[in-house]
This record gives sequence, structure tokens and C-alpha cells, in this order.
Amino acid sequence: MDGILNALFLLSNFVIVPGMAYGSQLAIGALGITLIHRILRFSDFAFGDTMAFGAMATILLTWALQSWGASIAPLPTALLALPFGILCTVLLCLLTDRWVYRFYRREKAEPAVLMIVSVGVMFVYNSLVRFIIGPGDRWFADGERFIIKAQTFKRLTRFDEGIAFKTTQGLTILTSIIVAAALFWFLNRTRAGKSMRAYSDNEDLALLSGIDPERVVMITWAIAATLAAIAGVLYGLDKSFKPFTYFQLLLPIFAAAIVGGLGKPLGAIVGGFTIAFSEVGITYAYKKFLAYSLPGDWAPQGLVQLLSTDYKFAVSFTILVLVLLLRPTGIFGGKAT
Amino acid sequence: MNPAGRIRAISMFAAMFAALAVVGLVQSWSLALAILNLCLISAVMSLGVNIQWGYAGLFNIGVMGFAALGGVTAVLISVAPVPTAWEAGGVGIVAALGISLATILAAIFAARRTPAGAPRKLVLACIIIFGYFLSRAVFYPAVEAIEAVDPIKAGFLGGLGLPILLSWIAGGLFAAAVAWVLGKITLGLRADYLAIATLGIAEIIIAILKNEDWLARGVKNVSGLPRPVPYEVDLQQALWFQDWAAGMGVSPVEFSSIFVKSCYAGLFAIALLVVLWLSERALYSPWGRMMRAIRDNELAASAMGKDVTSRHLQVFVLGSAVVGVAGAMLTTLDGQFTPASYQPLRFTFTIWVMVIVGGSGNNWGAVLGGFVIWFFWVEAEPIGLWLMDLLTSGLAEDNALRRHLLESAAHMRLMTMGVLLLLVLRFSPRGLIPEK
Repeated sequence: MDGILNALFLLSNFVIVPGMAYGSQLAIGALGITLIHRILRFSDFAFGDTMAFGAMATILLTWALQSWGASIAPLPTALLALPFGILCTVLLCLLTDRWVYRFYRREKAEPAVLMIVSVGVMFVYNSLVRFIIGPGDRWFADGERFIIKAQTFKRLTRFDEGIAFKTTQGLTILTSIIVAAALFWFLNRTRAGKSMRAYSDNEDLALLSGIDPERVVMITWAIAATLAAIAGVLYGLDKSFKPFTYFQLLLPIFAAAIVGGLGKPLGAIVGGFTIAFSEVGITYAYKKFLAYSLPGDWAPQGLVQLLSTDYKFAVSFTILVLVLLLRPTGIFGGKAT
Repeated sequence: MNPAGRIRAISMFAAMFAALAVVGLVQSWSLALAILNLCLISAVMSLGVNIQWGYAGLFNIGVMGFAALGGVTAVLISVAPVPTAWEAGGVGIVAALGISLATILAAIFAARRTPAGAPRKLVLACIIIFGYFLSRAVFYPAVEAIEAVDPIKAGFLGGLGLPILLSWIAGGLFAAAVAWVLGKITLGLRADYLAIATLGIAEIIIAILKNEDWLARGVKNVSGLPRPVPYEVDLQQALWFQDWAAGMGVSPVEFSSIFVKSCYAGLFAIALLVVLWLSERALYSPWGRMMRAIRDNELAASAMGKDVTSRHLQVFVLGSAVVGVAGAMLTTLDGQFTPASYQPLRFTFTIWVMVIVGGSGNNWGAVLGGFVIWFFWVEAEPIGLWLMDLLTSGLAEDNALRRHLLESAAHMRLMTMGVLLLLVLRFSPRGLIPEK
């Protein structure tokens, strides 16, 4: 019995909790992608770098706050700086829309052209971030590191394995629940949210009923930027901040959005957790887990790792390919054309 | 092309070569030739992207992956085989690859023969899981054995020991094969699916090349690839060469570097002209007209009985093959294969900037774009540094802001690329040499 419990604790520490946290980060990002896709009708390749920009703005204020001695311990100071980061990102996105995307919208350009435009925007954001904060790794998490420490848990219960729960993991999961709930409330219950959905369903009809398209677009960018900044900061707190990793996050985030069905907010959340759990679950080495859960001499020799962590991109890619082969519109049936 | 457009295009190419000549006179001829060589390779690569985007409107953002496939082919073709490594684990590797292939074929066969529904899924899952574990069981011991063979110098299977020039063709074929599989899966669906899938396959290819040491030594790199041109040291010692250098009035060391780079430039120019000639022939053939018709109106083209998806597959494979050729050329020039040097901003998105700036849909435009953008890519750093120095000249030497700005000047390059792309898309979307 102890063996099974130990095995479960181990699984919770290395698969379930990290998967939940990573899944939440991907889900928030995928919500942003899916929202831009549904209302502005293109795939935004600058999204990863938008996340990096939000995280960078937050980090800069966090450092300033830390040097002034401000803190909200036991919570990380970055939480205090997050509204500022969101504000900067929203401003950036609105300016980008005003100077770049609006022209193509008025021209009714093809989605493919907008994709290339977003590549240009990606270059600019990317260099902006590298220019201001540099390409290196940055840590900015402070405050209490653990909600439950493995050592404390072991001392209290005398199990061989302890449950560990990092503050950033708890924070990520909690924040993403709040964000998702707020977003769904906004889209389904408020006037602005309803006008957004109306605009995405039928542009002409929305125009006819007096909805201002520019306002809808502005709200969309503001929400997408907010989501990007939050996802960026949560990911940075949980792991570390490095501009290039944010670019690489594009693949799992897009995979999450496509798996769930592009344009479907609920699908984005399900997709995010699907990708995250597959990635964490497939790259975890089950050796110790099996040693605890199997009877004594059945313990395996090797690491029992299905795929080395170097290939974690392959997991999101494989899921993406499987979904494209079996159900091209995604689990929740987004737009196919 | 109308006469005015032709004169415009010729004068732009003339300006480009004049700029290279200025670099030769002001900086050095060796540097000018180094830039020219990479300009030629970039031009081939951007021809590949132009075939996909300009001819057919396909959005491939995995250029880096196909270039790396070409690069690794150069290693696999040219390096001498390592017999001890083959003895140690060659059978295991071949067997593991055979088992993987058999698994895939069995899965496809089973999927075709069993009726749809739960039994098919169960059978498929069993075949794939069994095949995966079986191939792993054979694969890992073999890999360990190979990597244990002389790990400092070898630790990989080596190549075929053939002339490296063959890899230019083989690299193209290899890239084409991967593109065919990827295209089979993603083409015919939404346009952005191809984009995401290519982005993903590029990351995976780089991950494989970095981690599979038995194949091409991973991040330990393979260096000292055999060259298609003479070595500088040999030339410097040859009497006839020393006489020639003396006749030209340059030191043998400098002249040998110029001579070798010119040889490369000649080879690359031949490759570029061949690809360009083929691309032009294709573009102005009935096939090229059909591709443009599909690009401009898919619905109308398919109503005329054109099979849009299989035409797209064709053009995607062709374009990727050209990128693969360019990748093999690049590794040939470098003389080494370094998987860690493949960065998406450099190898994917910069190529896109070349095509868009040059003029998508026009092969000459893509070539000019390759030249111009590579030139800027190299020269942006010194220019950026100079600009920053000028801007901050009012600040003290040890001013923190001045130091930060000077250190960050390197990132100006990406900014230049992005701003250039946005400006061209906005104000001159047809590029420097527009499609007629």
C-alpha cells in the first residue's frame, strides 16, 4: 500500500502538477491565438514574442520593485508588476494594429498576407525584447518557493516520497482558472463580448446592427495582449525567462489551439492540457514509479522513458499530425476552411 | 518582362555587384567574395521558397529544417565510413530502421484492410506500440556501441566517402522525400496548418540532428569535410601558384584565399544558374501557368479539373528540394556541419524576407532578394554599431546606457529585417522586381 501511495506522490510531483501548470500556461496562450484567429482571421506568429514582451515589461518593473524593497511575500513580486506588464503589452498590440494590421484589414487582404505581416511583426518584437533585456536567461521569481515542501511532507507522514507543490505552480493553476472564467463570462454575458462573437460569425450583419468593427478589433487585441502577458509571466515564473524559448512555445500553443479546433475557446483549454500532459507524460522516466508500484523484483532496469526530453517538440507535433489526419477540424470542430 | 522593367532589373543587379565591389575595394576582396558566396547560396534558397510561395502561395516556415537536411546529407555523402562503428552497431541501426519502416507499412496495410471502428484502432495501436518497443530494444544497444567507438574523433557511422558535390543532388532528394511525407499529411487542409506543421518539423529535424550522435556526431559537429576545391596550404606551397601570385602583385597567402573563394563562387554560380534556368522554364511552361491559375483562384482552377492538392504537393516537394540543395551547398562551403547553428530567424524567416523584398513570383526577384538581404545581413552589424556610436557620442565612455546600446547593436539586424519586411509589404508588396 505504501508503495502505491509513494508511486502516486511521485507521479503527482513530476507529471500531474507540472502538467497542470504547463497546461494552464499553454491554455491561456492558445486562448489568445484562437481569439485572434476567430476575430481578426489570421494566425499570429508574433504571439510568442508578444508573450516575451509582456514578461519582459513585468520583469523590469519587478526588478525595480525589488530594489525599492516592495514585496508581497509570500507571493512573488512579479504578481504586483503584472498589471504594468499587461498595460505595456496592450499598448504595444494596439499600436501595432494601428500602424500595421489596420491597413491590411481595410484592404481585405488574404489571411496568408497577414501571416507574413505577423512574421515581420515577430522580427520587430523579438529584436525589441533582445535589445532591451538581452537574449540570456533571467530569473525573477521570489517570495516563498513552495506551498508544500517534500521534506516537510516526509517528516510529517514518514513516507519515502513527499509531495512537493511549488508556489508558482499553484499560482499558475489558480490564475488560469480565474482568467478562463473571466474570459468566458466576458464573451457570453457582456455586450462587448456578444458584439465580438457577432462580428466573428457574420461581419456584414454585425455592421448592419450598428457594431463598430474597429472597437471590436481593439477589444480583441486588448484581450489577446492581456492573455499573452499573463501566459508569458506565468511561464517565466515557473521556468525562466529566455526570449528564444518563447518563440519555441509557438509550436505547442498553436498545436493546442488546432487540436481543440481553431476559433473555439473551450477547445483551446482542452487542447492546452492535452498537449501538456502528453508532453510531460511521454518524456517522464517511469523507472522509480514502477519500482514503487510493482512487487519487489519486478522493478525495471532501464529508465522506462518513452521519449527523451530533447524531443518534447515531437510530442506536440505528433499530436498535431494525428489530429490533422483523423479529425482536421479539431476535437471541438472549429473552422475547416 | 517589358523593356523598362528589364532595364530596371539589370540596373539593380548592376548596383548590387557594384556594392560588392565597393566592399572589395574598401574592406577586402576576400570578404567581398565571402559575402558573394553566401549571396549565391541564399539566392538558391530563396528560389526554393519562391517556388512554394511565389508560384503556388504555400506558406512554408520550416525552411531551416530542409536546409539542415541538405546539410547533413553533405556529411553522410562525403565523410569516409567508420568501419569499426559499422561493425559495432551497424546491423542494429539498420535493423531498427527496418523494423520502424515495417511497422509503418504494417500500420498502413492494416488501416486499409480492416473495417473502420474500434477493431481497427485496436489493431493499429497494437502494431505501433509493439513496433516502437521492438525497434527501441534493437536501437539503443547499437547506438551505445557506435558512440563508444573512438568518441573523440568518431563515435558515428560516418558517410559513404563519395565526392561532396554529389550531396547537392542527394540533399535535394532527401529534403524532397521528407517534404512529400509532410505534404501528404497537411496539404489540402487550411493554409495555416501547413505553416504550423513545417514550423514543427523544422524544430524536430534540428532536435534529431543535435541529439542523434551516431548519425552525424550531434552537437559535437563533424568538421573537416572533404572539399571540392584545392586547399589554401597546398596552393601556397605550389611553385606555379607563387609565381602567379607574384605576377598579380599579392602575397601568396591572400591570393590563395581569394583563389579558393573564387572556385567556390564558380561552383555556386553554376548551381544557381541551373536552378534558375529550370525554375524559369517551369514558370513559363503550361505547368507554371496552371500553378499561377491555382494560386490566384483555387476554386476556378479545380472547377477546370485541376487537382489542386496534388499540384500543391508537387510544388511543395520541388521547392523543398531546392532548399535542400542550398543547404548542402552551405555545408560544403563551411567544411563542417554544426546543427546548433541552425536558427529559425536566420534560416527560415530571413529567407522569407529575401523572397518578399525581391519580388515573390519572379525568379530574378528572388535571386536579387537573396543578394540584397544577405548583403544587408552582413553589413547591418557594422552599420548598426556605427549608428549607435554616433547616436551616443554625446554620452560619456562609461555611461551605462551607451554601453548597453553598443552591446545590443547586434540585435539591430533582426529589427532591420522586420522593419524592411513590413515596409516592403506595405508600400511595395510586389517587391523590387515584380511579377509581370
